[in-house]
Amino acid sequence: MPGVVPLRRPAWTRIGLLAISAGGLVVLCGLSVAFGTRGVGWNDLWAGLGGASDDLAQAAVAKRLPRTVLGVLVGASLGLAGTTMQAITRNPLAEPGLLGVLNGAALAVVVGIAYTGLSGPYAQLAVAVAGSTAAAVFVYTIGSMGRGGATPLKLSLAGAATTAACASLVNAVLLPRIDVMDSFRFWQIGGVGGATWDRITVVAPFLAAGALICTANARSMNSLALGDEIAAGLGADVARARVTSALGAVILCGVATSVAGPIMFVGLIVPHVCRLVIGTDHRWLLPFSALGGAALLVASDIIGRVVARPEELEVGIVTSVVGAPVLVWVAGRLKAREL
Amino acid sequence: MAGRRARLRRRALVTTGLLLGVLVLFAASLMIGNTFYGPGPVLRVLAGQQVDGASYTVGQLRLPRATTGLLVGLAMGTAGVTFQTLLRNPLASPDVLGISTGASAAAVFGIITLGLDETAVSLLALGGALATALTLNVVAARGGFVGSRFILIGIGMAAMLQSIVAYLLSRAAAWDIQTAMRWLTGSLNGATWRAVAPLAAACAVLVTVLAARGRDLAVLRLGDDAAAALGVNVGRARLLSMLAAVVLLAFATAASGPVAFVAFMAGPIAVRMVGTGASLVLPAGLVGSAIVLAADLIAQHAFETRYPVGVITGLLGAPYLIALLIGTNRSGGSL
Repeated sequence: MPGVVPLRRPAWTRIGLLAISAGGLVVLCGLSVAFGTRGVGWNDLWAGLGGASDDLAQAAVAKRLPRTVLGVLVGASLGLAGTTMQAITRNPLAEPGLLGVLNGAALAVVVGIAYTGLSGPYAQLAVAVAGSTAAAVFVYTIGSMGRGGATPLKLSLAGAATTAACASLVNAVLLPRIDVMDSFRFWQIGGVGGATWDRITVVAPFLAAGALICTANARSMNSLALGDEIAAGLGADVARARVTSALGAVILCGVATSVAGPIMFVGLIVPHVCRLVIGTDHRWLLPFSALGGAALLVASDIIGRVVARPEELEVGIVTSVVGAPVLVWVAGRLKAREL
Repeated sequence: MAGRRARLRRRALVTTGLLLGVLVLFAASLMIGNTFYGPGPVLRVLAGQQVDGASYTVGQLRLPRATTGLLVGLAMGTAGVTFQTLLRNPLASPDVLGISTGASAAAVFGIITLGLDETAVSLLALGGALATALTLNVVAARGGFVGSRFILIGIGMAAMLQSIVAYLLSRAAAWDIQTAMRWLTGSLNGATWRAVAPLAAACAVLVTVLAARGRDLAVLRLGDDAAAALGVNVGRARLLSMLAAVVLLAFATAASGPVAFVAFMAGPIAVRMVGTGASLVLPAGLVGSAIVLAADLIAQHAFETRYPVGVITGLLGAPYLIALLIGTNRSGGSL
């Protein structure tokens, strides 16, 4: 019929978009290995990819491989977590960093190391996930008290207060322990510089588990977007969907933070940009957010390594500087009553 | 008439009580330490006499520190209550909005990257604070000024600026914990007379100005239209007061770093003590001084380690913010 605007994009368009973004991610990964704080030539590039580390250039390339892979994993996790959080809170400003979830994980790891001498990577993971869960529960409880439920403003304020409390507690714990403090101050900025294959093999299964939990709830997230009553009417078990999705999100946040430190704003930028491109159907949005988050993190890492040669800007700085304007843009688009 | 007189009496009593409290805390800061010096030696040092041991400890170490704490609290409390009054929201305090973080980022940049001296750093901090406040104003005002949007954007900017501070500190060649803590959470360690001089000058001028305008500010609380009807030049009063508040906050931040939550807590506490309907500027300033001096006493002596004052005020202020959120949410009020 003439004049009818198709309401939904046909599936092949979305598959095409996913394929394009996957291809873009591969290109970014290639750039990430080729460029960095030290320039490398073609020969060194191929030699390094093959595993040789005869000279500094090849060693640099060999170091960039796990770094890129970790960037992909962490970026995908944060992108997924952000989309999930925005879906279950129906809040376009929900973001693991702004809501204090990442700092809760950081605090838990610091307390664990300081008081119990936590050393194994699995133990650190578990503690980080416990911290992110506790922070998420705390922030959501406070933010949803009172009339109107969990509005963006109330959640963000609860998140800011929790972040400040966590930061003060971290300082209070670390100041008597100067050596731990020294390594903490770099980790606190958030970066993938310390990536090793060992750490990647430890965290990858958990990130995959969290991702699976989130994507399994994609249909429920679509229903949740319509409101609790309608979702229940459509047959979704609202409470269970929320809890399991939240579980997936906090696992992703906790594990990502334990290995790369708190990297803010990825979970805010990625869902909004992806929604503009691929729409609001979470069955497509979630995979796209994973790809988008990975691309954003790898691109930020490349920028960080190239812009500040011979030193590097950690990923957390780049995403913060990019993310604040995005926050302004999103907050500007919200109507007053939605705040 | 009786009610008004009773209120005025209460205000005068509370303000005097606050002033006495601040003086007691100031004296305690001078007396308490690794070595306890009684009032006698302290007074002699203040009078300019040479006293064995006390001259250095009290005169060179504790006195600048206590003075900085007093002035920083005064400036931040005044700035905080001015913002909260003008934006009609207790959550719209300049440290939550990221303005003190902006000042801190500029100050860190000046010290670490440019290697400037104290006065230049204060001015740079002022530039940072003004830039942040201006950006906040411009971006939040698009599409109409909505208080919630303003606060949300402020939170985002604060997060971004805090990362920049952390980054600049991590790049510092001779990094030491004192410096880092000072610029991340606020600290009175290393307070010197030279560092506090700009702040003292700013306080002398601007606190007086704001206190004199206190009546205008109190009237502005009734709303723009009511204030205009009562003869207040709304636009000009708002602009001048905000400017004064930003300058005070920037200079205080340059002297001690962004002492967490002082600007936020001083206003609400002052309101609870003094009641609304009158100028809150002096009471809030005094509450701010009391908070900083008390927190510094606790930070230095209550634990095995000496903490910077910002850690203690952060531990006090965050629960206070959360309690305020819970209280507002429960009573069904809107933020």
